[in-house]
Parts: sequence; C-alpha cells; structure tokens
Amino acid sequence: MAEQDEVVVAPAPTAMELLVAAVAALPGVTGVTVEKGEIVAHAGRDGLVGLMTTLRDAPGLRFEQAMDICGVDWPERAERFDVVYNLLSVSLNHRVRVIVTTDEVTPVPSLHEVWPVATWWEREAWDLFGIIFSGQPDLRRILTDYGFEGHPLRKDFPLTGYVEVRYDEERHSVVYEPVKLTQDFRNFDFLSPWEAMTSLPGDEKAYGGAKP
Amino acid sequence: MSEVAVKPVQTIEIDSHSLNFGPQHPAAHGVLRLILEMDGEVVERADPHIGLLHRGTEKLIEYKNYIQATPYFDRLDYVSPMAQEHAFVLATEKLLGVTVPERGKWVRTLFSEITRILNHLLNVTTYALDVGAITPALWGFEEREKIMEFHEAASGARLHANYFRPGGVAKDLPAGLEDKIAAWAEVFPKFIDDVEGLLTSNRIWKQRTVDIGVASAEMALAWGFSGPCLRASGVPWDLRKSQPYEMYDQVEFQIPVGRNGDCYDRYLVRVAEMRESVKIIKQCLAKMKPGPVKVQDNKVSPPSRANMKRSMESLIHHFKLYTEGFHVPAGATYTAVESPKGEFGVYLVSDGTNRPYRCKIRATGFAHLQATDVMSKRHMLADVCAIVGSLDVVFGEIDR
Repeated sequence: MAEQDEVVVAPAPTAMELLVAAVAALPGVTGVTVEKGEIVAHAGRDGLVGLMTTLRDAPGLRFEQAMDICGVDWPERAERFDVVYNLLSVSLNHRVRVIVTTDEVTPVPSLHEVWPVATWWEREAWDLFGIIFSGQPDLRRILTDYGFEGHPLRKDFPLTGYVEVRYDEERHSVVYEPVKLTQDFRNFDFLSPWEAMTSLPGDEKAYGGAKP
Repeated sequence: MSEVAVKPVQTIEIDSHSLNFGPQHPAAHGVLRLILEMDGEVVERADPHIGLLHRGTEKLIEYKNYIQATPYFDRLDYVSPMAQEHAFVLATEKLLGVTVPERGKWVRTLFSEITRILNHLLNVTTYALDVGAITPALWGFEEREKIMEFHEAASGARLHANYFRPGGVAKDLPAGLEDKIAAWAEVFPKFIDDVEGLLTSNRIWKQRTVDIGVASAEMALAWGFSGPCLRASGVPWDLRKSQPYEMYDQVEFQIPVGRNGDCYDRYLVRVAEMRESVKIIKQCLAKMKPGPVKVQDNKVSPPSRANMKRSMESLIHHFKLYTEGFHVPAGATYTAVESPKGEFGVYLVSDGTNRPYRCKIRATGFAHLQATDVMSKRHMLADVCAIVGSLDVVFGEIDR
C-alpha cells in the first residue's frame, strides 16, 4: 500500500525483546544478555527471593517452574561459584536463566518457599560444590555417600577422590582406605600446538621473511 | 516395712514405625532407599535417599572431550539411551553452531520416538508388575527386544547406543532397516491393544491406581514435573510441540493430556503417547530422503573409512578428532529435549577448549522423585509402590 512507503514504522519489538526489557527492569537484576537465543540475567544475592517470586507471579513473566538449579565453579574468581537457575514458563512458553555468584562461606537465599522443587537442587549444589543456602531447613548431602567429606565438583577436588571402599573379608565389613592408584592419573594435554601456530616453519621463505 | 526397692519406671521411646524400603527392593526400580515413617499401615512421611548409584558422571565428563562424553549419557537413563544423548549433542551443536543435514535430523527424530516406545514399554509393564500384574512385563520385554534389534542394527549396540553424535548420527541406517521398522510399526499398535486389554479396564489395576498419588496441576508445576507426569495433571505441555527441535514441527501428532493427575492417568498418558509415537515413526519413514546423516565438516564429524585409505588429510582429521577432539567456542547453553520421562536438560558450559568446563545434567526423575513425599502422604504402604512406579524413575539418571 502507498501509505506504507511514506511512513517508516519501527519494527515492533519481538517477544524476546519485550521479555528482556521486562526482566531487566526488575529490582535486583544487574544485567541481562541474550546468549545464543537464551536470556541470561545476572542478579544479586540480596532480595533473590523477592526477585524470584516476581518472576514466578508477575503477568508477562509467569515462570511457574524451576527446571534446574546448579552450581558452576570458577576457582580463579573472588566469588568462585555461579548458582544458575533455569526457569521455565509453561503458560507463556519462554525460559530465562538467572545467575547469582557466591563464595564458599556466603549463603545464597534458599528458594524452597518459591518452588518446593528447589530443595533437592539446593541439596545437590551443597553436596557437590559446598554452596550454602540460607533458610533451607534440609541441607543434607544427597548424592554422595553417608559421611562423605569434601565437595566433589569443585575444580580443586581430584577426579579420583581421596578414599576408596572395598569389602574386607577379615573384618567382615566395608572399609574405607586412601585411594591407591596402580598407575598415575593420566591427563593428556591434547591442546594442539597446531592450533596455536599461526605460521608454519619454512613459511618465512615463501613470504620473504614476512609472516603470512 | 517393705524393703523391696521400687524400680524406677523407665520410658524407652522406640520408633517402631519407620520402615526401610529398599535399597534392594524389586519395586524400587533400582537402588532407591525410601525411609517411610508409618502410622500403622499409613505413610506419614517418605524420605527418599538417593545417590546409591552415583558415579560422578558430571565430574567425569569434565575430563573427557565432547565425543568421549556422549556415551556417558547412554548410561544415565539406560531405558531410553538415545534421548539422553540427544540433549547433549543438541547442546554441543548449539555451541558449535553447526546444522545437521536433513536426513540426520529425520533419523534422530525416528530414533527418539523408537526410544520413547522402548521406555514406555518398560515403564508401563514393570509398573503393572509392581502392583501385581506379571503378564504385561513378560509380553513387554519380548516386544522391547524387537525394538532393541533396531537399536542394534543402527548403532551396533542394544542398549548403550552412542549413536547420536555432535553433527549428526554415527552412520546411516543399514539397508532394509527402514522397511523392517515400517513393518513393525504396522503391527505394534495391536500389541498396545493387547496390553490395554490386560490393564486399562482391569478392576484390580484400577483399584490400585485410580485416585492414588494425585498431583494437581499447580502442584505438578511447583514440584518441577515434566513429561507424562505433568501432562497427566492436565497441563498440555510438550517440548516437541512448544519448542520444536529436529523435525518435530514437520510431523503431526497429538499431545495426550490427563485430567486427574493420579497414577491411572499417568499410565493412560504413556499408553496414548506410544500410539502417537507410532504415528511419528511412520511419518518419519515416509518423509526421509537419502542424503548425508552428519555434517560434512571433518573438523566435527569423522571422515569415512574409505576416504582414510586414500586421503592423507582424512587420516589426519580422523587422528585429530579421536585424540584431541574438536574445540567448542566458549559459551553456555541450557538445552532440553522431551525425553520419554519428561524434560531432560543439559546445561553445558564451554571455555573454548576440547572438554566441557561444566556439564550439568538436569535429570527428569530427580524432580519427580522428590515429590514422592507429598504424593504418598496418608496413603497405604502398598500405594507407595504404585506411586514410585507411576513416576517412571530410573536411578542411573537420578543419581548420575
């Protein structure tokens, strides 16, 4: 139509852009990015319960489900842990990922009152990473052995662990012993020098001394 | 007068009402240790202890390259192996930014649905076994064996297929397999009829499952339910429809939805899903065309054996792929598929090297099992078996 040629209309914001704006406007959210089509929001620890309750209840957001809560360990950072919340809205069909950082001693508010499913995810993050959740009444270990020490998914926890178990015929019970490796743990460095080499030896002849 | 010392009355509190269900119990579907606090024969509280099958999969994956990590996913939920691989390869492909050729997508869709039937066959029949019906399990295992032959024909392994690879599938289907699957898909609905004839209107089966372990829609959402358990509660949610991946937007199928959210509805939903899966399988077979099944970029998928005999470059590519593996650009993704049990997700963090920096596996049954407590409250002890069976838990996946 002729009118369309005259009036330049800005394209209407997509559902994704609207959601990004809505999430970014929430109190407690420090930044929102879109990574490979997935919305990632960074938030502070304080007021996390309020933020999550808003995410769950506000019209236009309605994240009814906490699909996953997990930790990621970045030992070189001051606050080494990411706590990652993957939320899903089944009524509006969208997802958001909320990331909160913490360290070994600072607790993150528990979300078990927002989503009861959070209890086991938080127990798992405590068990495997040692992330503390304040207000969580049931912070027991969940995946590792009864009486296990340490947090195995931390990057400084060795893959082979510290103790191994076997059944002792004489004592008629299962015994714990320090791990004995019959051969050293093999950790191959496959990071190839080929990838790092920008010029091959001998190329300087072909290119007259200049790097290609 | 009496010098008889009066013994002080001792009160000893014995909690005689807590019961250890498992970890070796035929109805525990693996190694579930369920601590039940009983009031007579009524369950007051159920505390599932899991982790008895914990193998540290996520930690191991951090020490493996991406190709080596894929087989670990078969060993999570060993009842539906390819569905787990699917989530991981989709996540890897998303970070790599590669697109799978059309036939590769069709083959994956086909085998996702075959796997779904494989899973539901086991669940429906062993769930019936838990509440006392033996015949469906005997029949179901025979039928599963036929499906596992398709797995074997395609991948070489009955169970741990390692068939889906980043960039496509390991190899094309062998000649004649499509016809065999098509012939099987014609007769399989008859088998579903037979199983339904045994169970669906069976008086004992209904007495054991109807109104047992009811999960309302609100409760199912709050407890992170997905898949058949969520749909049985009346929430029409299926990732294949709402966030389609692979070729699910090009096939027609229905989403069966229950009404009451009880154990019986969860059974009905699974049976109906098997029928829908057969429809999808037929459509996949009809729409598949010959073509490549994996990306032709030899930096991601290996060259053919024949090429390696003649081409030095192919040999180098093969060597590099199976020693170093490919490097995945830094980034993170949460990718989920509708596995037979529900949403199976992988949160994959890459730091740009050839190994995943972190690979969190979102196990479906983990969330479902947690709700055992609220679902079995004030139920009879025997109902716990029905509830655990209806949730379709597999401990390889929950314990990781």
